Amino acid sequence: MEADVHNKKTPWEINGSLAPAELQRNNRSESPTPGLVEGTEPGARQDSAMFVHTRSYEDLTGGEEEKRRQESDETDSPGQSQMEEISKDFSELSTQLNRVVMDEEIRDGEVEGTVSCRDSALSDKEEDVTSESWRQHRKHVFVFSEAGKPIYSRYGTEEALSTTMGVMVALVSVIEAGKNVIKSIHAEGYKVVFIRRSPLVLVAVARTRQSEQEVAKELLYIYYQIISLLTLTQLNRIFEQKTNYDLRRLLSGSERITDNLLNLMDRDPSFLMCAVRCLPLSASLRDLISGALQQAKDKSLVFSILIAQNQLVTLVRKKDQFLHPVDLHLLFNLISASSSFREGEVWTPICLPKFNSNGFFHTHISYLDQASSLCLMLISTESEHFFTISNCKRKVLERLNKRNTFQTLLDGLQTPSYCVSQVGISDLRHFIYKSRSSGLFTSPEVEHPYVTQEEQERLLELYQHLYSRIHNSSRPLKYIYYVGQRENLLAWVTSGFELYMCFSPMGTKTGAVNAITKLMKWIRKEEERLFILNPLTY
Amino acid sequence: MALRELKVCLLGDTGVGKSSIVWRFVEDSFDPNINPTIGASFMTKTVQYQSELHKFLIWDTAGQERFRALAPMYYRGSAAAIIVYDITKEEAFQTLKNWVKELRQHGPPNIVVAIAGNKCDLNDAREVLEKDAKDYADSIHAIFVETSAKNAININELFAEISRRIPTTDSNPGSSNKGFKLRKQPSETKRNCC
Repeated sequence: MEADVHNKKTPWEINGSLAPAELQRNNRSESPTPGLVEGTEPGARQDSAMFVHTRSYEDLTGGEEEKRRQESDETDSPGQSQMEEISKDFSELSTQLNRVVMDEEIRDGEVEGTVSCRDSALSDKEEDVTSESWRQHRKHVFVFSEAGKPIYSRYGTEEALSTTMGVMVALVSVIEAGKNVIKSIHAEGYKVVFIRRSPLVLVAVARTRQSEQEVAKELLYIYYQIISLLTLTQLNRIFEQKTNYDLRRLLSGSERITDNLLNLMDRDPSFLMCAVRCLPLSASLRDLISGALQQAKDKSLVFSILIAQNQLVTLVRKKDQFLHPVDLHLLFNLISASSSFREGEVWTPICLPKFNSNGFFHTHISYLDQASSLCLMLISTESEHFFTISNCKRKVLERLNKRNTFQTLLDGLQTPSYCVSQVGISDLRHFIYKSRSSGLFTSPEVEHPYVTQEEQERLLELYQHLYSRIHNSSRPLKYIYYVGQRENLLAWVTSGFELYMCFSPMGTKTGAVNAITKLMKWIRKEEERLFILNPLTY
Repeated sequence: MALRELKVCLLGDTGVGKSSIVWRFVEDSFDPNINPTIGASFMTKTVQYQSELHKFLIWDTAGQERFRALAPMYYRGSAAAIIVYDITKEEAFQTLKNWVKELRQHGPPNIVVAIAGNKCDLNDAREVLEKDAKDYADSIHAIFVETSAKNAININELFAEISRRIPTTDSNPGSSNKGFKLRKQPSETKRNCC
């Protein structure tokens, strides 16, 4: 496996602490206020991380963007940079405009939030694309080949939308003919975002408050989702052989996985944070479970992952092999998208695109207990090792059943989250805290007033907005305090962590700033439960 | 009572009801909104056949095209293959013929082939005549039944027929191991052939 790429130091590590790691660890427990530098923040791992370091979308687009830029620089730099500047100006302008209209938007929120029955995939697909309700969707996603052959659309059938996609492919190629790249179109509150990943083109038409970069990031997730089913090698080969190939043939049956991914991204902050949420568990219990996974090893196993309700229970990995959060998110999505893992043991090839986009792993997927949401994934390099890996699963169960660990874990699943009131900050409604060095984040149950799906999505949109303001590549911020009609938010980003807090509208800025220390102390106190501090290897 | 392990794999187009047949057989349940199988799903069920216990090791493969290349991994070690088609889809019946061809060419020589025309409860929408399918099955010496996983028609019968047809231990050493003494070994052979 080609893992060496992931071992390379990511450039931003330079920004981290210069103190020796040893010292940091010693300081860790004593310091009452959490370290602001990477590696000492609450939730930071003790030894080595489980994940490839990621920061934000830069990592997601990663080398490809860079390569592309270099390539285009070689061919035609003046036009390119000019175009980029223009689009940058546009996006800045639109950010400014957004800020102005934001409060109005919030007031209109309820009217806007007309989300029609998303749960039934069938009705989405059969929707009349000329109808008003089709136009009303907040985010459309289209995927097609460079030849213009439709591959996927979120709402409505691909056939009905082939002319729309035809126009899109024309736009892309006209602009490319002038040695330019179309990135986005901003009009009347809509953002049309283009992502070109040869041989695919992905387009989103969104009227959410996400920044262009955020929308592009979601499109990349869809791209990686497709790669995870086919591998990049296979995808390239197919289109090399036949440029007008109908990829839907190979992707048939996977539409619901892609649909689910898009719906999940609308609700779950994991994707925005590019981090993984852990199931809160006592450290001793988690260690027992990790131990069980560690013991049930095989030389072909690369990762053993136990998840519950889109949260990570534990992950054991082969030495020197790191999982990328994007890959783990795709696995989470796969599990939540399909009920076909409920019965029996599934053995399926899966490509982890950020780990290696050219090959398949063979994954054993099974629920530990049919009634529970505990799903075990054993990722192996050998396609013929099903029975060996199945045996590993048996061993995991055996060990868990000893000393009643399994029952304790099942009991723990009854309360898979925690209430924000446990923190004891009166005006605090919700928060997201991400430890950058471990790639893990924690966040309490979403409670009143964010009970409906519309409200939950609105809350996530507020976080998205703050996130994109903070991480604006042309004007990054350290912190931001946002006053809205229905809530106030505070975001603070250091090299060690990212913190997003949502307060009731009665809260004050001073109160919010004071709350930071209190919350951070609480997280430090609870970090053993909220994070995985001792990730294991086989 | 002697225990025999019978390895069976299900092949056929997507959506014809392979998983539903297995669910009906193993769990005696039916879910009309079942999700497409991803990769392949492994289940077991032990039934009594005459004086023996037959443990079916069932590989329920995904019918979608992108998993097509994986099929040999599953049928190679199987004692029997159930090829499923949907009686309301002529196309699925054509795919079935391709499966038979592939099994003849690349499958194990003694593999027992069973053809199941599923969804026979949807007789009104029938596109494949029972007689045509039966004639075809006879011509290739395959077991043939029309089944309905939904209404539990002929599912147990299908597996019972496979039990009956699979040659006894001495003529087919690879697929079955009599007795308990060799318990560790069968899993070894499994690993090699599957």
